[in-house]
Amino acid sequence: MALYRDEGVVLRTMRLGEADRIITLATPEHGKVRAVAKGVRKTKSRIGARLEPLSHVTMLCWNGRELDVVTQVEVLSSFRPLREELDRMVPAMTMLEIVDQVAVERHPMPELFMMLVGALKTLATSSSPLVLAGFCWRLLTIEGVAPIVECCARCGGPDPLVAFDGSEGGFLCRSCRRGQAVSPETVELVRRIVGGDLGGVLSEGPHGVDDDVEHLAVSAVERHLDRRLRTTRHLLDAAPSASPSG
Amino acid sequence: MAKEDATRLAQAIVEVKERTVLCSVCFNIGIAERCAICADDRRDGSILCVVEDPRDIVAVERTREFKGRYHVLGGALSPIEGVGPEQLRVRELLGRLEPEGVTEVILCTNPNLEGEATAMYLARLLKPLGVRTTRIASGLPVGGDLEYADELTLGRALEGRREVDA
Ligand SMILES: [Zn+2]
Ligand SMILES: [Zn+2]
Repeated sequence: MALYRDEGVVLRTMRLGEADRIITLATPEHGKVRAVAKGVRKTKSRIGARLEPLSHVTMLCWNGRELDVVTQVEVLSSFRPLREELDRMVPAMTMLEIVDQVAVERHPMPELFMMLVGALKTLATSSSPLVLAGFCWRLLTIEGVAPIVECCARCGGPDPLVAFDGSEGGFLCRSCRRGQAVSPETVELVRRIVGGDLGGVLSEGPHGVDDDVEHLAVSAVERHLDRRLRTTRHLLDAAPSASPSG
Repeated sequence: MAKEDATRLAQAIVEVKERTVLCSVCFNIGIAERCAICADDRRDGSILCVVEDPRDIVAVERTREFKGRYHVLGGALSPIEGVGPEQLRVRELLGRLEPEGVTEVILCTNPNLEGEATAMYLARLLKPLGVRTTRIASGLPVGGDLEYADELTLGRALEGRREVDA
């Protein structure tokens, strides 16, 4: 068995026996890692709290055949602000769910990893829905299916673009329109985010179409993954509309 | 243990298991339609302590600090594992507030990501209803060494510091 060191963001954990946990992490060099953390459910184990979902750590692991074994963990960031506010936690959990879907075991993914850590850090300073939107658009680019936003994705025609369709891979003009109708403000905002100006966009405060842009980005990722994301469906959609009678 | 003792013990365990039912009010484990806590009219019905699991009730009861009643959710939100609000007894919790005259809900879910998400989600539902909603503090274990505390716990404990009476 070989020993290796890598960074990681904890995606999820699962109970194993009485005191152990299986930890699933996203790492830059080893892709998705599933590792056993022994004895972590005892209150005296410091490793347990360090391997909570969302935590950004460096760790030392034994390379096992089925599962690796975590031997040492140091916390780089536990992203506390994301744990203490629902409007930050839900997008953060959504990002973890997406990475859990696209990451492959033992396939290095430095770019995706850096983007995840960057997005979590941004989320710690901004609770704007555009952070998750930026994450989703960047993810599609990394996955090789960058959204077509500058011209009609179908005919290549110019503005005005009035709809977004995932199967066409971007915005559509009036004559090609299908899928989700979009406002000119949404088109403009998506263009800036995809163009790399998320920082500038976030510094301006709310735009009125921020939730639309987030929805569009999340559904584009859902289309790419070919499944609905559970985090957004369960939490984003349920929380504001739930009532005591319903 | 003598052989007949062992047999008797095994029988007792089977009997308890067979007689165990979930309380129809709070979903605690009990042997009647209402658990011992819900049936006890000395308990303060205006305060509900919301926990994930019946075992958590045992833990809180051991403190002898809490005189209210409980509500067992049956887990914590974990969207990545497919556990959403519909899988938990959230509706049942909301349905208890008015009939039982609940004025405070203590969110006593586990201090991990799923437990925190559950607490924040419930707080968002409960606060607009005018119910006082509180969350148990997280801190350092008594008898533990500070140097062995993890960063998250110690950070929260620092934030939740109190004036010392002298
Ligand atoms: Zn067109
Ligand atoms: Zn009961």
